[in-house]
Amino acid sequence: MRYERFLADNARLDGGRTALVAGGKRLTYAELDDLSDRLAAGLAAAGVRRGDRVLVFMDNCWEAAVSIFAALKAGAIFAVINASTKTDKFAYILANCTPSAILTQAKIAPVALEACAATGRMPFIAATAGRGALPEGTASFAALLETRGAPPAHGGIDVDLAMLIYTSGSTGRPKGVMMTHRNMDAASESITGLLDNRPDDVILSVLPLAFNYGLYQLLMAVRVGATLVLEKSFAFPQAVFQRMREENVTGFPLVPTISAIILQMRDVEPGFLPSLRYITNTAATLPPAHIARLRTLFPQARIFSMYGLTESKRCTFLPPEELDRRPDSVGIAIPNTEVFVVDGEGKPVPPGVVGELVVRGPHVMQGYWGNEEATAQMLRPGPNPWERLLHTGDLFRADEDGFLYFIARKDDIIKTRGEKVAPKEVEAVLLAHPGIGDAVVFGVPDPVLGHAIGAMIVRSDPALTANDVARHCAARLEDFMVPKTIEFRAELPKTDTGKVSRRLAAETMEPAE
Amino acid sequence: MTQIVKERVRAFIVENFLFGDASQAPADDESLIENDVVDSTGVLELVAFIEDGFNLSMADGDIVPANLDTLERIAAFVSARAAAAVAAE
Repeated sequence: MRYERFLADNARLDGGRTALVAGGKRLTYAELDDLSDRLAAGLAAAGVRRGDRVLVFMDNCWEAAVSIFAALKAGAIFAVINASTKTDKFAYILANCTPSAILTQAKIAPVALEACAATGRMPFIAATAGRGALPEGTASFAALLETRGAPPAHGGIDVDLAMLIYTSGSTGRPKGVMMTHRNMDAASESITGLLDNRPDDVILSVLPLAFNYGLYQLLMAVRVGATLVLEKSFAFPQAVFQRMREENVTGFPLVPTISAIILQMRDVEPGFLPSLRYITNTAATLPPAHIARLRTLFPQARIFSMYGLTESKRCTFLPPEELDRRPDSVGIAIPNTEVFVVDGEGKPVPPGVVGELVVRGPHVMQGYWGNEEATAQMLRPGPNPWERLLHTGDLFRADEDGFLYFIARKDDIIKTRGEKVAPKEVEAVLLAHPGIGDAVVFGVPDPVLGHAIGAMIVRSDPALTANDVARHCAARLEDFMVPKTIEFRAELPKTDTGKVSRRLAAETMEPAE
Repeated sequence: MTQIVKERVRAFIVENFLFGDASQAPADDESLIENDVVDSTGVLELVAFIEDGFNLSMADGDIVPANLDTLERIAAFVSARAAAAVAAE
């Protein structure tokens, strides 16, 4: 079934139920359905056709949720792009997936417009209003919502692509993970099932919609007819908790950085969020100390430790009743999927032996948009001629009962604030600075971020300061990719064979104050 | 007092979150969060700076937009705390 059907069905079943609360706006299922119908008609009138790509370049606002469903109703493929994406990367994504429309917000529209100018592509662009006038070259998003008429009869079916999710690639260039409607249906069915999501759930998410874990909070809420409360950030935890009490929030998805912030709070009392029914964690393993504290603070909530990657949405979960016995495990395969730990030849290894995790199931992606080489590395032939298995690049071991433990990445991807960062992407930006001769980027363990981005740099301009470097990066990279610690060296640490070593750089970095 | 607080906090924000680029410094009444100057881990750094720099302690309940989301609100919060401390002596 195509994913937008869940929205239409819930609007018909109980249209008065609240679907979304975001930035002071409340939308019922009927309203979300109607607004996305109108926007879909507007997109079709602007030339968007079945199979076209539509970029949703917005932060966590209600318009983003409307845009996502409107793109699907127009028969198009949506991609939510992180609102802090800078021009160069945006231009790369434009050239990669050649969208026919971009839906954005006035405050960040200039990034999209500059990227369009740089690539010589001019798709249809609509922006929500900011404080002033709409930027030149953009249509009014509000006016599109006034479009009359039904969404187009595009003829799309559920094996069509529904979305691209751009994720950091180890080569330093983002890759667009391709998911069909069926992929999304399978993943959300599995996860809403294990979480026992119900129409009376109220899920609060501070995670960006551009991040698949954040995006699925919307997709899963709409699937079951629940309410999603969308927040832009966790900057003010007490304000978020206040909102959680007002809305009687039952589900709270976390990444370890959020739980680290909660752990630093001084005045929270156990049971202060009495309506909370469950907490999920993914992106990086939750340290056992975090789990213990969360259990004290939220005694009535079930805690689900999970593991996943964009390429298959979610892979494993630890049943909450196993938390005491195996707090550091990320559990077993999610329902209706399989995982195995394999050796270098793809053969399953016995319990206790470390190998690569391989994933099988209807949630596995179709590949990367326009990147067959990277697709072939991740998706390999499976036991049947019609399927491919996902080779995650993550090293795991299983215990005697089949529960999985994350060991490390096979490549050098850094996880910071739950987001993946390819060191090469940051290095490419550093090396583009005329005052930098050489640079190496690596992860530095950090109690809140998981890993912070560290950079060791050989200057060619002796006057270059760490602030100059950070400023240069901040103008070109998403916020979470900007190095937190920068150290200048006469030369970079090398292995015996003369190769620059990220590991040695990380080990010899001066500790931060 | 308010003006001094504002300038010290502004200098901290420029140095730590804008990497020295004063041209991007937020206006007194501009939201630090909405304008992506400060994020969730940035707020922790900002709180640590205010606690150390002005010798006060912030409860979790103080870490809210009403006290911290603009330079003006930060200055008002710190000044009110300082006045309360003087009055208590």
